[in-house]
Amino acid sequence: MPVIRGIVSPAMSILGTRVVRTEDPVFLTRGATYTDDLTDERLTGALHLTLVRSPLAHAKITSIDTEAAKAAPGVVAVYTGADLDLEPALLFPAANKAMLRPFLATDTVRYVGEAVAAVLTEEHWQGEDAADLVEIDYDPLEAVIDLKKALSDEVLLFPEAGTNSVTSMHLGKDDPGDEFFADCEVVITREITNQRVAAAPLESRAASAYWGDDGRCTIFCSTQNAQSARDEVAGWMGMDAKNLRLILPDVGGGFGAKIGADPEFALVAAFSKMAGRPVRWNESRSENMTGMVQGRAQLQTITIGGDRDGKVKAYRLDVIQDAGAYPRLGVVLPMFTRMMASGTYDIPKVWSTAQVVATTTTSTAAYRGAGRPEATQAIERAMDLFADEIGMDPAEIRKINVIKPEQFPFTTKGGAEYDSGEYAKAIDLALEASDYTGLRAEQEARRKRGDAVQLGIGVSSYVEITGGGAFVENATVEVHADGTVTVLTGTSPHGQGHATAWAMLASDELGIPIDKITVIHGDTDLIPKGAGTMGSRSLQTGGVAVHNAAAELVDLAKQRAADLLEANVDDLEIDKETASVVVKGVPGSKSVPLAELAAAEELKVFHEWDGKKPTFPFGAHVAVVEVDVESGKATVERIWAVDDAGPILNPLIFDGQRHGGIAQGIAQALLEEVVFDPDGQPLTATFADYGIPSAAELPSFDLVTMETPTPVNPMGYKGIGEAGTIGSCPAVQNAVIDAVSHLGVSHIDMPLTPVRVWTAIDAAQKEASK
Amino acid sequence: MIPVGFEYSRPDTVDAALALLAEHGEDATILAGGHSLLPVMKLRLAAPEMVIDIGRLAELNYIRVDGDEVAIGGVTRYRDLVISGVLAAECPLLPAVARTVGDPQVRHRGTLGGSLAHGDPASDLPAAVLALGGTVVLRSPRGTRSVPITEFYTGVFSSVKEPDELVVEVRVPRTGTAGWAYEKFTRRSNDWAIVGVAVVDGRVGLVNMGSTPLRASATEAALAEGRSVEEAAALADVGTEPPADNAGTPEYRRHLVKVLTRRALTTAAGISAPGA
Ligand SMILES: Cc1cc2nc3c(=O)[nH]c(=O)nc-3n(C[C@H](O)[C@H](O)[C@H](O)COP(=O)(O)OP(=O)(O)OC[C@H]3O[C@@H](n4cnc5c(N)ncnc54)[C@H](O)[C@@H]3O)c2cc1C
Repeated sequence: MPVIRGIVSPAMSILGTRVVRTEDPVFLTRGATYTDDLTDERLTGALHLTLVRSPLAHAKITSIDTEAAKAAPGVVAVYTGADLDLEPALLFPAANKAMLRPFLATDTVRYVGEAVAAVLTEEHWQGEDAADLVEIDYDPLEAVIDLKKALSDEVLLFPEAGTNSVTSMHLGKDDPGDEFFADCEVVITREITNQRVAAAPLESRAASAYWGDDGRCTIFCSTQNAQSARDEVAGWMGMDAKNLRLILPDVGGGFGAKIGADPEFALVAAFSKMAGRPVRWNESRSENMTGMVQGRAQLQTITIGGDRDGKVKAYRLDVIQDAGAYPRLGVVLPMFTRMMASGTYDIPKVWSTAQVVATTTTSTAAYRGAGRPEATQAIERAMDLFADEIGMDPAEIRKINVIKPEQFPFTTKGGAEYDSGEYAKAIDLALEASDYTGLRAEQEARRKRGDAVQLGIGVSSYVEITGGGAFVENATVEVHADGTVTVLTGTSPHGQGHATAWAMLASDELGIPIDKITVIHGDTDLIPKGAGTMGSRSLQTGGVAVHNAAAELVDLAKQRAADLLEANVDDLEIDKETASVVVKGVPGSKSVPLAELAAAEELKVFHEWDGKKPTFPFGAHVAVVEVDVESGKATVERIWAVDDAGPILNPLIFDGQRHGGIAQGIAQALLEEVVFDPDGQPLTATFADYGIPSAAELPSFDLVTMETPTPVNPMGYKGIGEAGTIGSCPAVQNAVIDAVSHLGVSHIDMPLTPVRVWTAIDAAQKEASK
Repeated sequence: MIPVGFEYSRPDTVDAALALLAEHGEDATILAGGHSLLPVMKLRLAAPEMVIDIGRLAELNYIRVDGDEVAIGGVTRYRDLVISGVLAAECPLLPAVARTVGDPQVRHRGTLGGSLAHGDPASDLPAAVLALGGTVVLRSPRGTRSVPITEFYTGVFSSVKEPDELVVEVRVPRTGTAGWAYEKFTRRSNDWAIVGVAVVDGRVGLVNMGSTPLRASATEAALAEGRSVEEAAALADVGTEPPADNAGTPEYRRHLVKVLTRRALTTAAGISAPGA
């Protein structure tokens, strides 16, 4: 497909074309302006905040001495929890009400990295020296890391709560018991881990605050959703949200971990007020690796039952979700996991439970997929285990059990209403593209020869939810007298390319080229309402709002032009070559440019779109891995991805989202895991230890296109942000296990590192020779 | 991630560096490539008061043939090892090993002397020099001494090098066409070795199999007795004490070192006997 730089023939719609992202030249040359790069005059003379963080996972604080720190060079103030006028807060409303988080710990610390004291210095570099001088005495308590042990309540994080349980869903209630699987010829059950991972965005967390003379506070910060972060911070600070303004400079990645506000945002605002000067905060990478919320962290028990002909009849998923020390968005992950438990399959009986438990670790929250990948991983492992047991090909068993196109809309046992899908077609496309039959033949040949390097083929079929939860989004489109356009959006890009995509949508309606369209986001004074960017929601909510606003603006323009052109509104249309209102079918007749109308009177439309429902993108991936069975090292050789998220607005951005997603899925399958030792000490707090892949660990991706529109919105759009992660991760895990299944291995927990793969082979061989 | 404050000095000569080092004693630290020192300073695990930068001392940056040996200056960077024509001809193992260190940035900064002085058992070059049977040349105001690499290390990050001594030179034998191979096993391409095996001329050096780089003596003895590569490799873990960490259990490393030793010995045999 040709690359188009924002200029398309007006005869052809810009939608669906490969427009190069207009934001990239700056990102790739001088670099973006992130919160810490800001040189805003409102931050002149700002103090720098350094937080003194707990080195222990669980301990009583017996004393804090700040005297020496106060005397250190450049120190303006040292604060502890006792100085703070912020009440401990419940960071997630649906959590156990006793699990309150103090903004600075006063009595107890509950994870390594928890903030205990704060140092404000004139210069950034003075902060760590002073922080080292804050003397804190701790009385260590037992760490709580293991999820089952946490559930036993032997050691409590919050004695006042009386339990470590944050919440539970359908536990014990109406439990169908063993009867559930009574009619199944084959039943398999197994515990699997969906390991904890770190989002590790390139820009770590940052916030700066200043108070105006009008008593209003402005916070510049890095978040995925300015408006909800504003409301959260206002709530924590006990202030009216009207008096708080959040401004988002460029945001350098979030992956779910920057949804909402971090407690540190309230701290910078509070300290700025206390010190009477602006305050800046930017965490180090090591702080980020313990302080930023982490994802996944589920211990799952899967039970699958069915008949030898390949029909799955019953599936049960029991989840224990690690909430970390202070429950946050991680609490909702199992809700999505349960909802999506049965994946793309029509399984007559589905049951699931979830328990959410607090541990002395970093809090958990959303991470690219947030609850859905966990569901997909579980059911896709279950399908392979079942296929393996009855000796059926994994692709075949999937095709037997998937929901058929004529069954849509399809309501799952988990309560999800799938809008549209062609699951078997996606699988077939992936099989065909990958020459699945040929791959199986190659695998067979290597097995026969007993090669040291074996081939593994993994199949995944997935469906996920996008735009789940926040269905409403708004956009304002304004044409100016000089012919330029401003689009205000309530979504908040942090790498997704909204500036290009939203401009394309507006351009397509207005006939104004995208280089004259500016997209503005993330300033709560300019855009008071909005739900931000998460859960792959932007296009189907914010994008549709932009499209609708632009279409309404055209209607408005036609009404205003009707008099000038002495024509009936219905006879008018936009001439996209000139961005003018013209009379239909009368070439060369009188016309009115939109700019001219804007010069006469403000030409601006605010549109709020309510999608009312989420959409359900789907797809199928085939991964091919080579496993060196002597060393256990697995390498992804190829991955074929069929990702269907409805019509594609911009293939370049669409594929970019898939690339990043697939990379993160492979990373979780093979490399990444946040590890704590039994004392709760993080063992993966640097990039030397935490296994983020580089291009060298990844193959080129083979992307296969499929576009099935949703009836949920007029454009047919679904979301693509998380699909790649959700599809690739199970395909790769299945592939690695497939590569060594002939050696007696039926499951290996992620990440499938060399030591794990080899240990599994070794154990299977020892078992076999018994 | 900001080091504790320190004084910085960049003397022009080795003698001046040694004098400074003697003057400041325990409070001073040598900075060569900085790729081990700066991370620990940033994590505040080290807080020297005086940092003496020898990284640009031209008199310690050379690779030259000296009799039966190749002499390499203490601050010669990995990158210089990689592109050295002298080493390619006289001691090809060394550039091959250097090529596997970190990423291009690391290789343009890190030095051979720094790697040996640092003494991380997971580092590549120490085991390579050990396999080569090289010599570490140390200099202090008290004089110069040569220590065989086999006697250099005393434990993790520790050696017989005194605080006032600099690694001024590393000497390795001219192995010429003798068979060699390096098997570095990593999770990611830029990672440290989970296990590494350097083979040259029938000697075998091991990375990350104990508190210091080790020689696989049992394997070497078996080879000397004329036993097969398979038999010899199966002894590669004898006398090792591999660490346990995220990347591997001791049991795994014991297994892995045998696999890698077999592969390295096989490759080395192929090189020494072209066409075989
Ligand atoms: C991202 C990254 C990846 C890396 N990957 C690898 C890898 O794969 N394999 C590997 O082996 N290493 C790796 N390293 C470490 C790298 O090789 C270091 O450069 C090396 O370990 C130390 O050499 P240096 O010259 O940088 O020494 P410095 O960091 O400057 O010094 C290290 C220590 O040695 C002392 N010292 C240095 N030179 C001398 C001297 N001439 N005499 C006396 N004392 C001296 C210093 O005082 C200090 O204590 C990596 C480092 C980084 C940052």
